[in-house]
Parts: sequence; C-alpha cells; structure tokens
Amino acid sequence: MSKRITMPLTEDKVKSLKVGDSVLLTGIIYTARDAAHKRLVDLLEEGKELPFDIEEQVIYYVGPTPAKEGQPIGSAGPTTSYRMDSYTPPLLENGLKGMIGKGKRSDAVINTMKKCGAVYFAAIGGAAALTAKCVKTSEVIAYEDLGAEAIRKLYVEDLPLVVVIDAEGNNYYEIGQQEYFKTLR
Amino acid sequence: MRELHVSKITETVKKLCIDANYNLTDDIRERFQEAKAKESFPMAKNIIDILIENADIAKNEERPMCQDTGMAVVFLEVGQEVHIVGGSLEEAIHEGVRQGYTEGLLRKSVVSDPIERINTKDNTPAVIYYNVVPGDDFKVIVAPKGFGSENMSQLKMLKPADGIEGVKDFVLQVVREAGPNPCPPIVVGIGIGGTFDKAAFLAKKALLRSTSERNEKPLYAELEEELLNAINDLGIGPQGFGGRTTALAVNIETYGTHIAGLPVAVNINCHATRHGEAHI
Ligand code: SF4
Repeated sequence: MSKRITMPLTEDKVKSLKVGDSVLLTGIIYTARDAAHKRLVDLLEEGKELPFDIEEQVIYYVGPTPAKEGQPIGSAGPTTSYRMDSYTPPLLENGLKGMIGKGKRSDAVINTMKKCGAVYFAAIGGAAALTAKCVKTSEVIAYEDLGAEAIRKLYVEDLPLVVVIDAEGNNYYEIGQQEYFKTLR
Repeated sequence: MRELHVSKITETVKKLCIDANYNLTDDIRERFQEAKAKESFPMAKNIIDILIENADIAKNEERPMCQDTGMAVVFLEVGQEVHIVGGSLEEAIHEGVRQGYTEGLLRKSVVSDPIERINTKDNTPAVIYYNVVPGDDFKVIVAPKGFGSENMSQLKMLKPADGIEGVKDFVLQVVREAGPNPCPPIVVGIGIGGTFDKAAFLAKKALLRSTSERNEKPLYAELEEELLNAINDLGIGPQGFGGRTTALAVNIETYGTHIAGLPVAVNINCHATRHGEAHI
C-alpha cells in the first residue's frame, strides 16, 4: 500500500514517513541539478534571497527532455543524487524538507537530514517516460540559461516514490538488501 | 569505388539517435522477462514491471525512455572501397547528432569543455570511432550513453599474476561500488587486454553486442556467465532496493596485450542500454 502525501512537506508528514515506504506525492515541487544547486548555495552564502522559498519544500533532481507540443514536460526521471551532496546540507539547514533522486548519499547529507528532519526519496531511475505522466504542469522559474538544468516548478500528481532515507537516518539501500537476503535463508 | 554522399550519413545518424532513445532493444526486453521469472523478491519484480511499462510508453508515445538521452557515441565501419563525397565525414556525423537531438526532442546534455562547462545546446560533439574494413559496406552504429552509469565505470591495470581471479574481483568491486547509482538492472561491458585506452574502447564495444550473444571463445563465454551469476548474488537488485536482478548481462571483449600487463576496463550501462545500427 502506498502512502499518499500532499505538499508542503510539514514536520508531521516528515515524521510519518518511514524507510521503505512507497509514496504517491501530489503538489508543487521544484527541480534542480548540479548547476542550479551551485547557484542556490552561492546565494545562501552571499546572504541573498533564493528564487523560491524552500521552507517545507522538496527538490527533484531532474533534467527533463524537451516537451512535445501540448505536453507539460518531456521524459523526466531522476538523476544520480551524490553529485548534489556537497550542496545539500545548507539547503536543509534553510528549511528544505525533501529530495527526490536516485542512488547513495554522503554521511554529511544523512547527518544533516537527521538534524533538520528531512526525507530522501528515490524515483525509479530510468522510468522517465512513465514518471513524466505524473507531471501536470511545469514552469521554468529561474536560470533559464541552464536549459535542461533550469529550475522548474512542477505540479505533480501521485508521483511514485520510495523513502530511501528517513529522518532517523535509516537507509533502504542497506535494509532492502538485507531483507532480500533474509528471504533466501 | 562506391560513392556515398555525406547527406545520407547525416540522415542515418539522425534517425538512429532518435530510434535508439525511443525504443528499448528486443534483447533487453527478453532479459527483463527472464529476470522476472527468476526474481523472487516482490519489490524487485515490481520494478522490472515498471521498467517494461516505461519502455512501452516510450515506444507507443514516441518519446525518450530516459531523460538522460546521453552523449552520442558513434562507431563507423567504413569499407575501404567507399568514397565519401559532398563534404566532411566527421561534420556529417555531428550534423546528424545535432538534427536527431533537436528534432527528436532529446535532451542536450553535452558541454563544449570539461572545465568551462558551457552547454553546446545541440548535443555535439559526438564521440566517434572509425574502423576501416575491406569491401564497400558502410555501417553506422549509434550508442547514446547515459552518464549515471558511465560515471560508475572504472579501469585498472592489473598485473599478469592477478589473472582471471583478479579480473573477477575487480569487476565485482566496480559493481558493488556502483550500487544503486547506475539505475540497476545494469549491463556490464568489460574490456580485457590491449593498452590502457584499448581496454576502455573494448569495454564500450562490448556494450554494442546483443545481450543474447555470448563471447565466441568458450573461456570468455563462461566468464560472462560466471560473472553474471556472481553479480546477481550481490543482492543489490533493481534500483538497489534488494533482489537478484542486479545485472541483465555481462559482455566481454578481449585483445592481445603486453607481457607486463593485464588492463581491465568495466563500462557500466543501465537497462536503457541503447544502440542502433544501419548499413548505407
Ligand atoms: S543511468 Fe541510464 S537509466 Fe539511469 S538515468 Fe542515466 S541513462 Fe537513464
């Protein structure tokens, strides 16, 4: 059974999400990849305002393909998250509550997630045509010059995710594999 | 001497870029079915189903199966009796990539310089390999390569004394370190022998071979099977959520090497292991 979660991701919702949960996420989320992250963190360091309020928000690590005419977005699966690791702690410290990507995170990210109360979700890597169907609207709100790496505001409906690291730091990349091995015994 | 106009080459490269990104190859679909039959873990089965559904949507709606539509790697087999006319062969290939990535609504993921990092906005340059062969055939293979998996690839100069066991250990280490990052289930291309650069090339070339075909030499056909089983015993599973299906296939290519060396390159590819070929 999947848990239905609606944005914004409040503290209560963060606490209710446990490692391994299948989630269907609905609401507004923001996209950002490497280049956009660098700019966001530079702004924070300079004490300047970000192009969107990250309080209780979720960032999706994705660089979609161009949309066909009449469609909100092209194919839109997750990119590998570790490239965003060095930029993530300051964003969490400023109120970001969730990230969507794929793959491992650094200890520094996990520790900050525990400290600030945040969740790391995985979307299904490679299932980009399917994922795109959950995106109902998409609008570039910053860094248009970055092309596929621009920041987009997406409205998603029932985006299928898995909680990979919860706010207690439990890691599904470890637990899932242990559970699989248990079934072999 | 057969004359071949560059415009035909551009047209072919363009088509192959689009086609490879929209259509998952039949052999990978077969591997999915086999994997599902052998997979006991529910989450893993579920993810394989999602990936099959994704491939169907991509095909039916003519859109890329993955948002990382890759850097275009182009392999040419040029018959030595073919005379290319009408312009530069290399430029014709880049132009095909340019047109394919634009018209096919593929993502432009290439920067002009690795440090300055300005997006070229047309996915050029392509990485191009030429091979001159006897006859008058002209064969083009386009293999768009995603970097989630490319970034997990590694090369090591083993010692001859490390032997086949050293090769196995290294391959397993690379797959283990990659873990969930390259969107497992993966396809593993391995190049053994040659020089530093040749091994890397062989690993990439290995990924062009259908996963339904094994290496011609029994020694390596067996090694492919053995490594596939060993990788699938790691338990990483689809997406790294646990399960048997970590890899769909292991393809090995080899070449003669120096008395002092045993180069091994491991090129990781995701299930979106895209390639298409044409003869013109
Ligand atoms: S690793 Fe492959 S399936 Fe995953 S995002 Fe990259 S290209 Fe797509």
